[in-house]
Parts: sequence; structure tokens; C-alpha cells
Amino acid sequence: MTTSADAAPQSFEPGSAARPPASRTPPFLWSVRRELWEHRAIFVAPLIVAGVMLLGFIVSMGDLPRAHRAFLALSPRRQSIAVALPYDAGAAALILTWLVVGAFYCLAALNAERRDRTILFWKSLPVSDLTTVLAKAAIPFLVLPAVTLVVTIAAHFITLMINSAALLAIGESPAILWARLPLATMAVTLLYAASTVSLWYAPVWGWLLFVSGWARRAAFLWAVGIPLALCLFEKIALGSSRLFSLLIQRLGGGFQDAFDLKPHYLFGTDLSLLDPARFLADPALWIGLAIGAAFLAAAVRMRRLQGPI
Amino acid sequence: MACIEARGLRKTFGSTIALDGVDLTVEEGRILGLIGPNGAGKSTALGAILGLIPYQGALKVLGRNPWAEREKLMGDVCFIADVAVLPRWMRVAQALDYVAGVHPRFDRAKARAFLDRTIIKRSSRIRELSKGMVAQLHLALVMAIDARLLVLDEPTLGLDLLYRKQFYDSLLNDYFDRNRTIVVTTHQVEEVEHILTDLAFIDRGRIVLDCSMEAFADRYCEVMARPEHLAQARALGPIHERQVFGRSLFIFDGGDRDALAALGEARTPSIADVFVAVIGARGTQHQKAAA
Repeated sequence: MTTSADAAPQSFEPGSAARPPASRTPPFLWSVRRELWEHRAIFVAPLIVAGVMLLGFIVSMGDLPRAHRAFLALSPRRQSIAVALPYDAGAAALILTWLVVGAFYCLAALNAERRDRTILFWKSLPVSDLTTVLAKAAIPFLVLPAVTLVVTIAAHFITLMINSAALLAIGESPAILWARLPLATMAVTLLYAASTVSLWYAPVWGWLLFVSGWARRAAFLWAVGIPLALCLFEKIALGSSRLFSLLIQRLGGGFQDAFDLKPHYLFGTDLSLLDPARFLADPALWIGLAIGAAFLAAAVRMRRLQGPI
Repeated sequence: MACIEARGLRKTFGSTIALDGVDLTVEEGRILGLIGPNGAGKSTALGAILGLIPYQGALKVLGRNPWAEREKLMGDVCFIADVAVLPRWMRVAQALDYVAGVHPRFDRAKARAFLDRTIIKRSSRIRELSKGMVAQLHLALVMAIDARLLVLDEPTLGLDLLYRKQFYDSLLNDYFDRNRTIVVTTHQVEEVEHILTDLAFIDRGRIVLDCSMEAFADRYCEVMARPEHLAQARALGPIHERQVFGRSLFIFDGGDRDALAALGEARTPSIADVFVAVIGARGTQHQKAAA
């Protein structure tokens, strides 16, 4: 084993403490970064959605004098709900954006690199298939919820500024707005919702990544068609639609489990709506996580076996 | 230790046999040309060596099992599997950053120095570069990695003559040394002929010729026979005969050099001509057997 004398030890063992300086960023983080370079929709889509909503909110300020008079006539509890409503709608739109962007991202993640043959380049570097797949999975599991959280909180803050400025402009005090708006509670609720939706969606992300690695073409059709075909089969063979309701429940994001949904309450206005104990005690969560992990393991295997198409 | 050691390497895709018991040893510090017709199993063999596909048989690359240890192996092995497989959305600077980030043996200064000799801008996206420039960039990335084995699979396919020449010149002058090993496949044999130290022909999943270039020169002889010696030449059992400008050219495998030189002008044939003689003859036999 005699080779080049000048540089580096002969073999680089990731486990050994021999060479890498402490500041070295692990390949996993580089792989996540590379996903962000390639898929700018991860940032751009939430920003566009937030921008459109803010623009709509600014235009709605034209009606502020009348709306504010109606608002003042409400009971304090109703005022809280009225104030929080646009903020909630914004958060919901951004969570939906995360799920849509995540779905399209996952379907492309392991498919596009085979279609454009760049997998031959990625595989020429010392990055394992496990690292690559985990970095790709981190986008819908971690990065997108984090982006959603940051963009939503920023959009909430900007909305509040616009609303306050508009109230001042028509000679009203924004004090009541600030008093009625549960900003901290909304932020905590949002963090909680981002975490629960991310965990609840584990089998969805896992399935989409697996199909992306497995399908040669039309990944979207396979990803949607197979579950639908199974539902259809169940309906015809057994006359039941258990699978269909499971799927709908799964795609719903697990809110009915994670939150204690009382009538006449609005998300983000009351911390007592959060029900982490029930969420964590639900076997559906853990079964979903196990299925998600199994699909990810299968996706790693697919990445190892599959070449360019 | 040999850089690549394959024994009885087999690979089938369904009922198609891509590799049919390949035995190949490549010592360190050699430049091997792996030459074969389309579908002969070149890319499959390289895929197995690089840990891209599972296989049967024994295979060690730098002492490692490529299928089980691909990512570790890639710390010491570089490959250019195809022209222009660099991601088109990436910027040149991002490509440098990423490879520097994940590859512990990448020397960014070296890559920069190489790129400075080209007109490639750091801020360009790869999709904006010409095919030749993408090949230059890929070569810059690969040459900046202190690897022990470099595998090139048709690295210059579709490039113009200038880029092709420059590619191999850079490889030989700026990269290759006695501690590195290079394996290259190409259809443009004449362009790599002068840089090879070893040669292997592969046909229908089997290695049909495996020798050093010195042995090649000793073994094969091309004779442009004088008209009066034609019958004599044919009697010596040439492996190939063809007409060029009305003269008969014979290729002999082995045989007494002095006796051959007596028939006419004798020299070492080009790889391409021996390739046609050896593989072409196998093809004819195969077709006859099939008929």
C-alpha cells in the first residue's frame, strides 16, 4: 500500500479521529445544503404564498374603518377570535404549502437524479446512500417545517405592523389589537403543529421517497395510483372503505389527535387546545413512524441498486 | 497489492449475460485501456469496479469490496462515468464547494488553478457551459482529488478534437504519476493509444486480450506484403487481411519477426487494427455458430 507521499494518510476512515479537523462539516449537512441549492421552491414557495397573503391583507385595509367599528362592537372573546382569524388562515395556508412542496420535492428527490444521470456524479463521491436518502428526507421532515415556522411568524409580525399602521392612519389606537392578539400562544401552537404534522406525515414522506427511488417514470401516478387502486380493491372485494378513511385521516395531518378541538375555539388562541399526551399515546402515530422508517430503508436500498434511467 | 483484482466476475441482467467470468488484474501505476464493441460489458465491468452494481465472483479494488464499501472506496477512487453528468442547475462555485465539503482528499487550490486556465467562470451555471467546458470542469474536480484510482468511461464522447486532445494531455501531464492507476474505456482508441501502458479487449462479457503495450508490440505484427509474397504471407496464418490502396495488409499474432519482415514492410499495428482483427474474427465465428 504505497501511494502518494505528500498528502493525507492513505485511507480515510470516517470513524477514526485521525484526520478530519474539528470544523469539518459532515457530509450529511453538505447533502442537505445541496438539496437547498437545487430545490429553491423550499424557500421560494412559502415566501410567495406569504407575500400574496400580505398583499391581500394590505388591500383589505381599505375597508378598515367599517371593519374596525364592527370589531369594537364584539364581545372581548369574539374580538380575540376575529383578530386571530387572518393569522390562523395564514398559518394554515403556509402549512398546506409545506405539504404540497414536500410532496413534489419527495417525488423528484430520488427520481430526477436518475433521469438526468447526475446520480453517476453523486455516487462518485464518498457519500453513502443512507446519508443521501436521510438528507433528502430531512427536507420535508425538518427543513420545510422550520421554513414554514419562520416564514409564518415573520408574516404574522408584518401583518400586525400593517394592521397597527393602518389603525393609526385612521386615527384609531392599535392597543386593543395588541391586547387581543395572542402572539406568543400562536407561536407556541405553530411550533407544536409543525412538530406533530411532521411526525404524523412520516409514512407519507417515506412512501413518496420510496416511489421516487423505485419508479422509472410517472412517479406521481404510481404514488397516487397504488393507494387509490388498493382502496378501490377493498371497496369492491369487501365492500368497506377502511383504507380510504385511514388515508384521509393521515393526509389530514393528525390535528384531531394533536389538538383538543373544542367548538368555538380558534387554533392558536388557547394553549389548552394542545393535547400532546393524546397525540403521543395514539398507536396510529407510532405505526405511521414505523411505516415511514420502513419506506425510508427501502428507499436507501433502491438508491443503492438503481442506476440512471 | 494489485489495484484491481477480479476473478470470475459475472453479471447477468435477466437472461442477458453482461459479464461472463472476467479475470482482470490491474497493478498500481498502470494506465489500462479497456476496449470493446458496444454492449461488450465495458460499462458493466466498470460499474462493478465502482460499486455501482452487484455482481457474482471475486472482486477487490484497492483491497476493498466495492459493492459493500462504495462510499469508503470513493475516498480513494474517482470516476467520470459519462460526459456531462454534472448537475445542470449547479453553479461552478457550488460544485467546488460541495466536492470540497464531502471529499476529504479534495484540494480546492488545485481545482482553481486548473479552472483558471479555462474560460469557465465561477459564477456560471453548469447548464450555461458548453459540453467541452463541462468536461473540463469535471476533469478539474477529479484531478484535484488525491485519488489512487481514476476510472474514465467514455470521458470525451461527443467532444470536439481540441477538447479531446487537451483532456488527455492534462490527464497525462498534470495528473498521472506512478502512484496512480487509470482505467479508461473509449471508442476513440487512437487518441489514448500513446498514453496506455496496458490493454484489455472485452467482447461479449469476456476478456479476450490482456497484455502490456510492450507485450502487444512484441506479439502483433502488421506486414504490408509485396505482391509476390502474398501466398507466402497467407500460408503463415495471418489473423487478418485487408486491402489498402491495392496493397495487402496482414496482421500476424506471434510469428518470427525476421521471417515476416522478409515479406514486406513490417511494423506494430495500431490497437484499432488489432481490435478489428480479433473482435471482428470472433464476431464472424459467432455468427457462423449461430447460423
